Amino acid sequence: MQYLVSVIDDKDNPGRTDRQPAISAFNERLIAEGYWVFAGGLADTESATVVDNRGEQAVFSDGPFVESKEYLAGVWVWEVPDLDVALKLATEASKVCDRKIEVRPFR
Amino acid sequence: MMDAREAVTRAHREEWARVVAALTRHFGDLDLAEEAAAEAFATAVERWPADGVPPNPGAWLTTTATRKAIDRIRRENKRDDKQKEARMVHDDEPPGTLAVIDDDRLRLIFTCCHPALAVEARVALTLRMVGGLTVREIARAFLVAETAMERRITRAKAKIKAARIPYRVPSAEDLPARVSGVLAVLFLVFNEGYLASGSGADPVRDDLTAEAIRLARLIRALLPDDGEVAGLLALMLLIEARRPARVTAGGELVPLQEQDRGAWDAELVAEGHRLVRERLAAAAAGVAPGRYQILAAINAVHTSARDARDTDWSQILALYDQLVRLDPSPIIALNRAVAVAELDGAEVALAAVDRLEPKLAGYHAFHATRADLLRRLGRGQESRAAYDKAIELAGNTAETAYLTRRRDQLR
Repeated sequence: MQYLVSVIDDKDNPGRTDRQPAISAFNERLIAEGYWVFAGGLADTESATVVDNRGEQAVFSDGPFVESKEYLAGVWVWEVPDLDVALKLATEASKVCDRKIEVRPFR
Repeated sequence: MMDAREAVTRAHREEWARVVAALTRHFGDLDLAEEAAAEAFATAVERWPADGVPPNPGAWLTTTATRKAIDRIRRENKRDDKQKEARMVHDDEPPGTLAVIDDDRLRLIFTCCHPALAVEARVALTLRMVGGLTVREIARAFLVAETAMERRITRAKAKIKAARIPYRVPSAEDLPARVSGVLAVLFLVFNEGYLASGSGADPVRDDLTAEAIRLARLIRALLPDDGEVAGLLALMLLIEARRPARVTAGGELVPLQEQDRGAWDAELVAEGHRLVRERLAAAAAGVAPGRYQILAAINAVHTSARDARDTDWSQILALYDQLVRLDPSPIIALNRAVAVAELDGAEVALAAVDRLEPKLAGYHAFHATRADLLRRLGRGQESRAAYDKAIELAGNTAETAYLTRRRDQLR
């Protein structure tokens, strides 16, 4: 069962910026234990561009699709047997990243 | 021979959870388990009066429900899909490590009370899947429209399936934390029954308090060594024991100090005291008690006094001191102040209560306690204002009636 694990940061109250070594170590463990599928950190929301080609002409707009103080800072995809395992790892991940974590299953 | 209808009612009370749990284990699908169980009970209503009550109603119902489930899968002709869809995770580990608590019903309870579900959803799902209450009954108890309650339950079941919430008893290391979530659900159910909210509702919902106690007994049978399970059961029994004396015929709340103690249910009191003694023995052996056990002990002190004047307030205060260390919530501090009033006087208690105002200004019991202390201190006008505020915030009709009479006695 695969889960999308989103790292959520908060513009008003951002997490610490020194987390990379701890995250790398956590990733090593995810790989060793067979849970790791994919991971990536995202650039700032200001670097986002939204494309809408549902109408006559494609429209490009600057910035993220939703303006909010909370935003997606990075993602993992984990392969785990069930939600309990995912939640246990996410609990650790939240500490490791110093950020909130959302766990959501793939369909 | 027992009347067949009565036998069905009794089987529903005793066997519903077992049937649903066994089917969930077999088919890995809460919806299917619930529907098949409901069909099996409907069949029992038709058949038992004609054929007689089977010697083992639980086995009859499980077998019938299993057949219904298989029929349903065939009828829907989606056997393969269903099995592919049935993604709920079963506990495939051989019993042994957790053999003592390896029970289908326990798995079902932990699934329904999973922390990934919203608290309201946990309460509703537990009452439906474990308690066997109908959606209509649950909706009525929580003053929610039936369609809204149906949606809440459906959504919770969908999340269990989609997010793959496992159908199993948590591992030994996770168990204490997860049991506390289960107990919180039961206490919510009990409190909603005990202090029913809403102007149109009965002040006491016996059906809900009884259901919470029944489920706590079930969990106690499944986890006999868990101190907090025993503590919560004792607490609920000792509160429930006082119910006959708690509301007047006219629907007005009678506070503990003024209750007719002869009207208390002696059997429930005795059972509650037995459990508290059991926990005291464990505490003496070095097992630190949790909050439900301490609350039960406080209620045991109250129910030990034949007359309100004989209440051992110093023991109650000592127990509150212990509780405050475990749970520094302002509500506990408010209740502690009531004991302080008895020992050190209303003035000392009022000072302690007033300090809680920033946190409890919206809580009716804060104003009711203040009103009572101000009344005792002869500060009538301030007491009146505090009663007004308490009446405005109280949601329970019996409580409102009591507070109104108290206020009107002041001049």
